[in-house]
Amino acid sequence: MDPSRKRAIRLTVALTAALLLASALVWTSFAAGQKELTASQLLSQAKPGQSYVLAGTVLAGSVRHVGTALIFRVRDPALEVSVPVIYRGIVPDPFAAGRGVLVTVRKQGTSFVGEQNSLTT
Amino acid sequence: MAALGRVLLILGLVVALYGIGASLHGARSGQLEWVQSGRRAVYTLAALMTLAFAILEDAFLRSDFSFNVVSSASSTTTPTFYKLAAAWSTQQGSLLLWVFLLSLWSSLILFLTRNRVREIAPYATAVLLGFGAFFVSLTVFFASPFGTTANPPLQGAGLDPLLLHASMMIHPPMLYSGYTLLTIPFAFAVGALVTGRLGNEWIAVTRRFALAAWLVLGIGILLGARWSYTELGWGGYWAWDPVENAALMPWLCVTAFIHSIMIQEKRGMLKIWNVSLILGSSTLAILGTFLVRSGVLDSIHAFGASTLGIPFVILIGAMVAVSIALVTARREVLRSEARLDSLLSREAVFLFQNLVLVAMVAVVFWITFFPLISEAITGTKVSVGPPAFRPFIVPLALVLVALSGIGPLIAWRRVTAANLRRNFTIPVAVGAATCVVLLLASNAAARPFALIMFSLGAFVLASVAQELWRGTAARRASTRDPVPVAFVRLIGRNRRRYGGYIAHAGLAVLLIGVAASSSFAHSRDVILSPGQSAGVGGYQVQYVRPVEHVTNAKVSFGAVLDLSKGGKHVSTLTTTRGFYPAPNDPGLGPISDAFNGQADSNVGLRAGLTRDIWTVVNPDLTPLQSEITAGDRAFLKLMTSLTPAQARQPAVIDWIRYYRAQAIAGLAARYVSHPWPIEFLLIVSPMVTWIWLGALIIAFGGLIALWPIPLRARRRAPARGSARQPAAAPSPPVPVRETVY
Repeated sequence: MDPSRKRAIRLTVALTAALLLASALVWTSFAAGQKELTASQLLSQAKPGQSYVLAGTVLAGSVRHVGTALIFRVRDPALEVSVPVIYRGIVPDPFAAGRGVLVTVRKQGTSFVGEQNSLTT
Repeated sequence: MAALGRVLLILGLVVALYGIGASLHGARSGQLEWVQSGRRAVYTLAALMTLAFAILEDAFLRSDFSFNVVSSASSTTTPTFYKLAAAWSTQQGSLLLWVFLLSLWSSLILFLTRNRVREIAPYATAVLLGFGAFFVSLTVFFASPFGTTANPPLQGAGLDPLLLHASMMIHPPMLYSGYTLLTIPFAFAVGALVTGRLGNEWIAVTRRFALAAWLVLGIGILLGARWSYTELGWGGYWAWDPVENAALMPWLCVTAFIHSIMIQEKRGMLKIWNVSLILGSSTLAILGTFLVRSGVLDSIHAFGASTLGIPFVILIGAMVAVSIALVTARREVLRSEARLDSLLSREAVFLFQNLVLVAMVAVVFWITFFPLISEAITGTKVSVGPPAFRPFIVPLALVLVALSGIGPLIAWRRVTAANLRRNFTIPVAVGAATCVVLLLASNAAARPFALIMFSLGAFVLASVAQELWRGTAARRASTRDPVPVAFVRLIGRNRRRYGGYIAHAGLAVLLIGVAASSSFAHSRDVILSPGQSAGVGGYQVQYVRPVEHVTNAKVSFGAVLDLSKGGKHVSTLTTTRGFYPAPNDPGLGPISDAFNGQADSNVGLRAGLTRDIWTVVNPDLTPLQSEITAGDRAFLKLMTSLTPAQARQPAVIDWIRYYRAQAIAGLAARYVSHPWPIEFLLIVSPMVTWIWLGALIIAFGGLIALWPIPLRARRRAPARGSARQPAAAPSPPVPVRETVY
């Protein structure tokens, strides 16, 4: 086969593979992704019964152990807004006041109840 | 001393800026004295930064709390070993460490090349000093490690408990060494592009630095994984955390580079690719530094939100823009001198391996930054989490392992049927036999990806063993040396090649460990009372008795566990969870304060070649809550009953401290005397030890490849290598000389 034609075929195959990988990545990311809400977004958007991923930092001085529950407030990094979270389950070692966390929550009254074992740092 | 430190930093900035000007002027005018002056500016910067870093470490060792960084990250009770490490646990101290290491490595390369690459070196000096000036200016204008307070506290906040781990002493300097070492090939690549001297010269002088960056960055990543496994209490070693990914991306990129430069050295091909890879590796290293410092993505490693994001974005933008502009301008000079003869050749395997590694970088980059990308597109952050990596990374890792076995076996330029038969028969048979045995004798079929990884791993190990054996046999035939001597001399005379093969074997061992531990682990979350047992992965774990330990720093609650299998005792494990005080929390009482700070886990681990039994306790302190609350009330009542004069008396303060400690010790003793059910996480994970063994083998192979070649051997070696046949060639003796530059 003509070498230039061979090179063109190789280039086409490589670009097609790259395009397929990129498309799969984009599709997977948008299809499997979960919205991360800040404290202020959660306060304005949350509806009872629906679950949301809350992202933010643990408010200093807000961490309490009450019975088997861990109670803390998650602060909006950009604003002075925080929401209370009642969480039960595995608490990662790095969890501490001031640390960034992600936790899946559901609205219950004025508080947000964390899904068991959903807390990550 | 802090004032002296600040002066040293300012001097460092002035010297760096002067050095940039001197180097560029020397390069443009051809005046050697200016070039030498620029080089001496790098040596001076190294001396200044060494002194500045020594002042900072001295402040930590003396617990000088007038330094803000010392009071925020150390205390008088911090062990000396960790006081040294505390210096780089802060944003400011780690930036100083960065520029200190950068200035050391820059001095080393410029000293080694003082009589070589004369056209490229001045531009490289200017680039290295540019990085130096950037990081020194961060410590001068944004995050000074020498900030002080007029009223120092009597006690510091102490080091983050999670960092009280031996590997934390080594892990950050290793990562920073890797990042800073990567700036050296970057600087010389820029110098080569500016001058148009794009042959193998710049690669020859920086190859060892790229290899050293690959080695220390890899060690740093693995130490981080080990820390995660033994310290973080979640049972894993890799969480796809943004900062872990930030270190992995440049490592993958430089792995591609240290392979693909061999094609340029031997065939004059892939010049644009190599330049782009090293420019990309260094940019990714700076991106990693940015991720840790900007607070742009949440991570347990991050230093939190800071004002450093914008300077880093400017630096990264400048690096990308300069890289693209230079590569575009020099595209004609960068044209390949040869073409790929066949897709069945060693060059093609290297190229495929490079594409796989770059695809891995792209996947990790995209998913890591997806929250920011999605926010930019849709206005909302969307996170995809660790499961999103697997569908892409697992198949790519399988292809990578296969190629690491094929690479050493396949011939350069074009393969022949004879070459295929001669070199592939045994390794392919070993891989196939492994697959069949595992299918028949285990449940590996339930996890097809793991089964493929085991088979490919066996193939790689067989291919490396075959190459080593054939090389040793050929050497023995020509020298009559005994087998061990021939083996050692074979490796010693061709370190780059055989060091690389050993690293390939290590990669296979490591990924076999990853495949086994991630596919066949058994995990249980159980609540047990003393005397009760739970089964996990064929083992029985019995909660024998509770244990407690109280120190000034923390209160630990734990359990002694008996591990047995089939009724036979295997081991006794102890796991504890330490609770640290919550400082400066006005909402907590004097007793509850001791139990509401950060917590850390002490894992009960029985590690072995076939499996690890990993246990951690998560004690529920609810049954102590009523006593804790009563203690809070009693101590608050006591303290409010004191007059201000009484409250200031040292004897009264000591008396209160003593009784508070007694109360906490009494609560801890109750945990043992009146035990209640507590929660355990039990994991039986196969072959985790293979990961650490594989990492050690890779590091050993890297060290062999990196080790300097004796001057005698260097004189004997040719100036430039030619395409070689692999060791399998039957009649010509196996080459025992390394291509040396």
